Order: sequence, then structure tokens, then C-alpha cells
Amino acid sequence: MDTRRGALAVPKVRRVGFFTPTEPPPESSQRPNRSQSGPVEATTSSSPLSDSPSGNLISPVLIPPSRHHSDNLTSHAAAPVPVPGPAAFRRYLAHDRSLHIGSYNAPDSLLGTSPPSSNGEFSEDSVSLFGFQRSDSTKLSASFPNGGFDLTLAVRAPQEPETKIATASASEGKKKIAEVSGKSESVTTKPQKEKEPKSLKDKTTKAERRAIQEAQRAAKGEGKRHADESGKANPGMAAKKPQPKKERPPVTSSVSEKTAVAVEKEKRMDVPQTQMQYDDKSRVDKAKRRAVVEQTEIKNKVELFLHLPQYERGNQLPNLSSSFFTLDTIHHAVYKVGLQHLAGDISGDNARCIAMLQAFQEAIKDYTTPPMKDLTMDLTTKINGYVSFLIECRPLSMSMGNAIRFLKNQIRKLPVNLSEPEAKASLCSDIGRFIDEKIILADKVIVQHAVTKIRDGEVLLTYGFSCVVEMILLYAHEIGKKFRIVIVDARPNLEGQKLLRRLVTRGLDCTYTHINAISYIMREATRVFLGASSIFSNGTLYSKVGTACVAMVANAFSVPVIVCCEAYKFHERVLLDSICSNELGDPDAVANIPSFITKAKQSKMMDNNKNLQFLNLMYDSTPSEYISMIVSDYGMIPPTSIPVIVREYRRENLLL
Amino acid sequence: MPDVQSMVAEFVNKLRKRKIEGSQATAKCTVELLRSVISHQRVPHANQAAALIDAVKAVGQQLVAANPVELAVGNVVRRVLHIIREEDLSLTTAAMAGLDLLDASDDDDIDNCKGIGYPAMSAAVVAAAARSTLRPPSLQTLLEGTPESATVPYTSSSGADSESKSKSADKSSLTRKLKHDVIEGVNQLIHEISGCHEQIAEQAIEHIHQNEVILTLGSSRTVLEFLCAAKEKKRSFRVFVAEGAPRYQGHLLAKELVARGLQTTVITDSAVFAMISRVNMVIIGAHAVMANGGVIGPVGVNMAALAAKKHAVPFVVLAGSHKLCPLYPHNPEVLLNELRSPSELLDFGEFSDCLDFGAGSGSLQVVNPTFDYVPPNLVSLFITDTGGHNPSYMYRLIADYYSADDLVM
Repeated sequence: MDTRRGALAVPKVRRVGFFTPTEPPPESSQRPNRSQSGPVEATTSSSPLSDSPSGNLISPVLIPPSRHHSDNLTSHAAAPVPVPGPAAFRRYLAHDRSLHIGSYNAPDSLLGTSPPSSNGEFSEDSVSLFGFQRSDSTKLSASFPNGGFDLTLAVRAPQEPETKIATASASEGKKKIAEVSGKSESVTTKPQKEKEPKSLKDKTTKAERRAIQEAQRAAKGEGKRHADESGKANPGMAAKKPQPKKERPPVTSSVSEKTAVAVEKEKRMDVPQTQMQYDDKSRVDKAKRRAVVEQTEIKNKVELFLHLPQYERGNQLPNLSSSFFTLDTIHHAVYKVGLQHLAGDISGDNARCIAMLQAFQEAIKDYTTPPMKDLTMDLTTKINGYVSFLIECRPLSMSMGNAIRFLKNQIRKLPVNLSEPEAKASLCSDIGRFIDEKIILADKVIVQHAVTKIRDGEVLLTYGFSCVVEMILLYAHEIGKKFRIVIVDARPNLEGQKLLRRLVTRGLDCTYTHINAISYIMREATRVFLGASSIFSNGTLYSKVGTACVAMVANAFSVPVIVCCEAYKFHERVLLDSICSNELGDPDAVANIPSFITKAKQSKMMDNNKNLQFLNLMYDSTPSEYISMIVSDYGMIPPTSIPVIVREYRRENLLL
Repeated sequence: MPDVQSMVAEFVNKLRKRKIEGSQATAKCTVELLRSVISHQRVPHANQAAALIDAVKAVGQQLVAANPVELAVGNVVRRVLHIIREEDLSLTTAAMAGLDLLDASDDDDIDNCKGIGYPAMSAAVVAAAARSTLRPPSLQTLLEGTPESATVPYTSSSGADSESKSKSADKSSLTRKLKHDVIEGVNQLIHEISGCHEQIAEQAIEHIHQNEVILTLGSSRTVLEFLCAAKEKKRSFRVFVAEGAPRYQGHLLAKELVARGLQTTVITDSAVFAMISRVNMVIIGAHAVMANGGVIGPVGVNMAALAAKKHAVPFVVLAGSHKLCPLYPHNPEVLLNELRSPSELLDFGEFSDCLDFGAGSGSLQVVNPTFDYVPPNLVSLFITDTGGHNPSYMYRLIADYYSADDLVM
């Protein structure tokens, strides 16, 4: 991955935000623009956090709305903003994290104790938000493409890296780098110094750490069995993808090649996996043999969607519930979540993702490494098993895929010298932090951003049910904005009624209609707020079906469309239409229409007719041209900035 | 004629209560009612056309007022009026041709040209006057120097009746002839309305090819016949039907299509945009076609039309000639629309528990419109019983069916 990322030219502007001024390395002629980081750093140095190398860096892709925001906050200071609590929590997290990671966390401690800066609550919020993501400067450097570039060079030519890896700040950087280069050299020779990696961890970039890990693992392997065995096992483990159905050819096992292999592998990890295509007979059969959930395929399939699973609904649930106590391969918490997904008790991407992560958390808590097995490997296979079970219950959403990827990365980079309870605790806290920071806090940031876009007297239109949008509307109502809401709903889920109930109970003025009437009601609307399931790197919004219709009509009526989406839902895949990648719901939900339509009663005979099919699409993709703005936890951005965010922050997402 | 009166009252009631669904059924009922109105109308010896027109207009006004959104009623009334005027003209010209040119003091002249008052008139003037009953007022007719004849309505012709009574024998035959002709014409109209499906369906084969994927929306008998006609010609294609919540007419259409052996897939309305990229043609049945080429159709049509435009999918509208409305729409989304019962969306009382009426804050409105307006720039083609037409041609096509005097009733 690092070579690929390094090979791509990175605009100079972006370089600025991430780099602290370092003494220019002798080879600076190779990268003269490095020195440009100086002035920007100077502009920020007046803030009280300036002595921390990374704490107050303003993200180059963030469009900070702090001006509106601070206005807003000062004018409504009395409003119960739920931000401080989590901020405190984050502080705790930062400390907690520093305990885990160990040395060199000056920015962390600074963050934890720093007084709120002049911008008020939000700026503190944003700083600490980014603070946790860059709690140490080397993580930061890892997130920066050039760091990766340096690293690969370092791996390939161990003599040079001392000068190349210049990202670590201050004088001690050099010493650490020397260590690093020593490390990467040692990879090819022999394992050494078990106690060092802990302090080193934050000094090394990801692939380096990986190389170190593998070396250590190899050393361990030598202690117990033959080194080759572990060499074989390692690639197999690493090849396990969020989508477990992916098979990788076994890689060569020689220890000397391993670093190259690791780099290669990570490069491949970067390429988004292809999804399982259900019209591929052999693979479907293979998957079926492993399946826990017995799914019967629907008889009357829609031809256009043969590549998607089309299973009969409602018959697996009793089976699964009965085998709840007998099935021991799947942890009961995961099992429960799977059943809830299957039955549709949990819906909404955030809720599903949180439920899944919490189940994994429990599963990890109850996990004990079998004798003669490695925790990292064994746990990864366990998680893979859980994930494939969940996929059988219901196809994962994109955001869940991202979360799983995060978890696996977290498992993979566990320091080897951690004891099992420590490792488990670390993983659990990682998961908890992901939920808190990437979902809950992100939502709060989004609410803060989006509320600035609501003015008095507006008519806001929203579609279906999105918890972020609900939070925005309720918060805007709380701080005293006067506005009206139009809720557009669609069959068969009628999620909008849930939103309508909650809003009406809280005393908001609502108008309810169905999606067919969208062009009637759109003339009244002044803004459209939409939730998202995922946003792809070509700016395509992937959301519940009907969103595209709403966005299109809004566009036709020149109403701005604001999409609210947490950044962990950004995905590096691209999508053009709604056909290639989608999820099919229960066709019976479409076939069954409300009873008050008496003349359209369904006859059973009709249902079995071969010519009649019911198609219940779950998602559709909205072209980016219909989206005016995306509100994410990185600020308010146009859809064209999604690939930038994905590129710049993906490392962080993984490293979090 | 209490008989006719009660019939009219009954029909008005039905229209008011929206008991008659579908523009074709409404049009048929209307034209049948008008036929009985005409046949029961006692026609004076002179000026019989004017009497008929008055009667039809009076009934027509009641009907239109009963359901102003159902444009087919107005269309049919105008069509009948047009038939009366046309028959009157043809009788006039026939009478003129039969009469000696010198003996120009015909009653019909007086009927038509009573404002002039001179019994002796040249045939050319008569012809011009007669023409003016059919033609819309134009610069030419204004300049021809017969301003009175062109514009004076028939209602002011009562004064001429006394003069023409002397020739009653001749008149009675003429009267009967006119009424007979008009009823004949109305029968033809009924035939045309009930036969428009076949005429439109005949063209299906020219528009649907093998393996086509067609999206339709709402339940229209015209669309059903159109698709089935193509199916009968051994074309195999696939139909996506949007279910059309909250009335679910798509389900009805899908059932009919399946019963006739077409491969049908029902999709939710929200999936229209997702599916339109795989659709070759969108075919919908119109509720009414306006003179500017805009279409009033079942709710959700505009969304489909926009999506079709975005994906460059042809958007074809099927419309029988009784749906062609000579009016130009103003704000049709609101003025030519109708809000149906909210109970189709939310059950009665479902949200009463969370609404706090005492506090005065928080309100709930439910909007459930019936129709949707598609502007002409989104329509690719109209297929009527006279063939395919461009949206920009509709005004001309409509001018063939109606006379300009009747546009405002």
C-alpha cells in the first residue's frame, strides 16, 4: 500500500497541515517543498497548544464552520449542548490510550489539560476530536502518504531511512529513527529486544511496525516450532479480509521475503475487495457449505439481480432461534445480533454497526486463546467466522465493513508481548472508542455543523428515518429555531412514521407525505436533509432507496440537498448505479399492501405466478451532482472532497 | 323534462362524491348524459342550434363545477358543443347550396345574421357568417366587415324567431335534421371514446421491440391494452410497474398484465430512480393532456419523468382524444390537483396520542395529492388515437377538436 500511496503525487498544500517543522534533512533537495510547512505552522503557533506538534493542526480538508458555530454557541449558550461530557470522556480516553501506547504523548497530556481556546466550546471540541486522532505525531506521519513512501524505501534499502523518515519531530526523532532503521534491518536477520516495540510503536509507521511484528512472531515461532510454519500461517492470517469469502493463494514462506510480502499484502489490502457475486455458482456453493444459516433461495428471482442473494424470508428465524443454545461456533452475543439483523429488529446503519461492535466486544471479552495458538491469528479467524455469520443473516452495510476492517487491523497490530487479558482489554477499549468517537461524537459534531444551516422560517424536508437528521432537527428545535419539517416516507418500511412520531411528540410542526407526492411538496421546501448509508469515493451517495428520487426532485426545484454522514461511512469503492451493488429486501413486504385497499386484495394464486415478481430494493445511489453539501465530522464538504477525505484519513481510520 | 334533470342531478352527485374513477369512464358517462339532454331538448323552429348549445352548456357548467379537476368532463362538453356547431354549419351550407341564390331571404340567414337585419344578403356574406361560427376570431374575419355576425352569440337571437315562424313546415324538417345529425355525431363520439384503446394499442407494435424493458406507473387501461397488443404480436418484453402508493393501482395493473402473460415486476415507487437506468421506455397513461403539451397524470409521474430525462429514457404518454384539454394550465400542480384522504397514509387516530392539542405546539399535516403535472419538456412523445405527436404539436391537434367559442364555458 505504501508504495502505491507514495507513488501518487500529493499536492503540496496537503503536506502543510500534517508536518511539524523539522530540521531539513540533507536530502531535502529531493523534496524541497518540505520546507513549506514552516509558515503554516507559524500561523497556528500563537494558540496555547502550539507546543504540541500536532494538537492544533487544522486539517487541510476541513472547512471549519467555526465562525457560524461560535456565533451560534454564544447566542445559545444556555442550550443544553451535550458536548462537554464526551469531551471529558475523550480526555479520559486520551489518557487511557497513552497508558496503552506508552511513551511520547506530550500532545495527549496537553490536550487533556488544555483550557478551551478562544473559539469556545466547539474549537475545543474539534481540537480534541482531531487530537485523539493524532495523539502522537508518528501516527500522523503514518497517515501521511509520504511517510508511507519513506517507509517502503526504508524497508527496501535499510541504509537510507535515517534521512528519509524525517517526520518525527524534535531532536529525539533521529534517535528513534535510527532505532527504526535498525529494526527494519533486524527483520531480515533475527528477532531482538522484546521490550522495545512498546516505546517504539509510536515512532514507526504502520508497515514498519508490521515488519517488526512479523519478525517477532517469527522469533516466537522459532522458539516453539519451525519458523517456516509461522511464516506460512502469517500470510494466511493477513490475507483474511473483511469479506472472509476471499481466498488468497499461499505466499512464500521465507523469512527474508516476508517484509516485501507484507508490503505487497498491504498494498493489496488497499484495493477495495470485489463483492461476492451470487450468480457465480461455484463460489455460492462453496459459501453455502460453510453457512450456518440455511437460506432457501427464492423461486421467482428477478433476473436483473441474480448477482445479489435472493433468499426466502421468515423461515430461517425459528431454526436459528432453536439452535441458539446448541451452536457453539458463534458467540451468543454475535448470534443475538445476527438474529436481530435477520428479523429486522435493528435497522439503521449506525444502530446495526454499534450492535455488531458491541457483540464483538463481548465475544472478545469471553475469548480465550486455545493452547498452541496465537491470539492474533485465532481471534481473526474467529471474527471472520462471526462476520460471515452476520453476512448470512443480512448483507453488511458499507459502514459495518469499515468497522470490521478497523477491528481486524486493531487485532493485527496488537503488540505481541501483550498478555492475553491486556490484549483483550485493549481491543475492547479500541472498539468502545470507535463507537464513541467515530459514531456518537461524530454525530454530535455533525449536529453542530448542520444546525448552522437552519434558519428561522425554513421548511426542511427529510426522507425516511435517519438518526443524525433526527438529532439535528431536535437540537435545532431545542435551541429555539423556528422551522417546519416535511417528512417524506416510502413503502414498505415506512420508517418516516417513526421519525414523525418522535418529532410530533417533541412539539415540532410536521407535514407527512409519501414519496410519490415529492414534486407536490418540494415547492414548499427550502432545504433537504438526508441521511446516508455510505458515500463512495466518486461522491455517489449510497442510501436507502428513494433518496435519489428526493435528491433529484430537489435538484429540479433548486432546493439545496444536505447530506449528513459520519466519516466512517466513507468508502473508497466507486459506484455508478443502484443495480451492481445493492441489497434485496423481502419481496413479500412489497406484495402485501395495507388492508384498507379492499379491491386490491392479493390472491395467493397470483403470488406463485412465474411472471409476477416483486422487487424490494433496499438502497439506491444518488449521483453526486444532486448533492449540494455533505456534513461530516470533518466539516462541511462538497461531494468531490470525499476521495480526498478517504485518502487522507483512511490511515487514521485504520490506526485509530 | 324532469327525467333529464334528475339524470343530471344524479351524475353531478356522482362526480362530486368522486364515485366515477378514470377519465374514460367519466367521459363516457358525460357524453351519454349529454346525448339524452340533446334528445330531450325541445328545439324551437328557428335557431335550433343555439337552443341546443344553450342546453348543453347549462348542463356542462353544472358538471364541470361538480368536479373541476376531472378535465375530461369539460372536454367532452366542448366536443359536443363543437359537434352541434359543425352540424349546424354543414346544414347551413347545404341549405345555402339548395336555395336559389337570388332568394336569399332564408331563415337560416336571419338566424345567423340577425344583427344585420336585411333579408337579402349575398351568399358570400352568409358563407362568411357561417364560417365564423366555426373559426376562431381572427384578423381576417374582423377585417371582412361582418363584425356583428362573427361575434353576436346565439342567445340574442330570440328576436328573430317571430319573423321565421311563417315557414314552420320547412323548419320542422330542418330541425329534426339538425337534432338527428347532432345525435349521430354524439354517438360517433361515444364510439370514439370507447374505441380509443384499440386505436392506440394498434400503434404499440411500432414502439415496442423485442426484449424491451418498460416502466409504467399507476393503473391505466390504455397502457394495459397497449402493452398487451405488443405482447399479442409475439414481442417479448419485461414490464416494471411502480406500485403507486398510497392507492396501489400498480398492483392492479400488474395483476392484469400477469393474467395476460406478460413478465411483470412490481417495484416500490422509491425504486423508480434506481431502476430507470435499466429501462428502455417509460409508458404512462395520462389523466389529461393540456394544450401546452403538459400532462396531468397519477401522482409520482413527475418524479419518473425527471428520472427518465436524467437517464435519457423516452417518456411516452398515451392519451385518448377525450383527454386532450384545450386549456393552458396555470399552476397545475395545485390548481388541477386534489388532496385525498390522509387515512390512506396514516391510520385514523394513529398519532393522536403524541399530539398535544392543548399546548398549541406541534402540528401534523398529511398531504396526499392525487395528480402530478409533467411539464412538456419532459415528455418525449404523445400517442393518441390519431397517431404519435410531439408535445409542441398538441395545441394544434386540440384546435381540431374544439371551437374557440367554447373554450370558456
